Amino acid sequence: MDKVQILLALALALFAIGLLGVTVRRNLLVMLMCMELALNGANLALVTFAHQMGEAVGAVLVFLIFVVAAAEIAIAIPIVLLLVRRKHTLDPGAYSDLKG
Amino acid sequence: MSLIETLLANLDTLLLYVFALCAFVGAALMIVLRQPMRVALALISTMIFLGGIYGLLGVHFIAAFQVLIYVGAVMVFMVYVIMLLDVRDPAVRRRYSKFLLPGLAAFVLLVGTLIYAAWNALPAASRTAGSEGFGLQLFATTFLNAYWLHFELTSVLLLAAVVAAIAVIRAGGRRDG
Repeated sequence: MDKVQILLALALALFAIGLLGVTVRRNLLVMLMCMELALNGANLALVTFAHQMGEAVGAVLVFLIFVVAAAEIAIAIPIVLLLVRRKHTLDPGAYSDLKG
Repeated sequence: MSLIETLLANLDTLLLYVFALCAFVGAALMIVLRQPMRVALALISTMIFLGGIYGLLGVHFIAAFQVLIYVGAVMVFMVYVIMLLDVRDPAVRRRYSKFLLPGLAAFVLLVGTLIYAAWNALPAASRTAGSEGFGLQLFATTFLNAYWLHFELTSVLLLAAVVAAIAVIRAGGRRDG
């Protein structure tokens, strides 16, 4: 396996582990962090392909993803704090009364 | 002696593999660890190793911004919130939700599909056309010539996020008080 394949496999692994974390963990903050991990996996794939092709478009997209991640965290953390203030727990199972 | 020389000649590749392994271990620890603070530290180490990988690939500005934005801003914010919240929460004591088995099954399926798709459709992996990477100059010219509108739109997105965060906090305060 050469360098590009290793990095792509790592990107794949990071994204899959992030998705697994969002699915199986029981803590809202840990789920948020696993989402960040999945974003990092996507970033790594973009940088790898940009490096392989020698074009800067992938790096531009990575920069835009940085901004989106910052905005996402800035809005997700207040929502989590609001939920915790209402139910006094980080367990997403406590919000099952949101079911329709 | 010759072994050391070979190692030194391939130091970039060796470091890349070591960083990749460390990043993967950090990510795997995020699933296993129980305390949110330890999960945050595992994520921070993964991000720093990813920054090292970006630096080894020659995209130093992305490495710098990976550390500045992700570790310096996002994760510091996250660590503050973890310290703010109660650690005697039952969500901390129990690691996994009831979706553990379906989640694991979906994980295996996803990884299998991705590996199958990636290994069949990967373009000839060792293309040497642009393997030297690109510098800051090419990036900056592309960014501010072709994608200036997207750059401006991200500032609108950030403004909307700030306004939304204030709105969320105020709505919660009104309900409680």
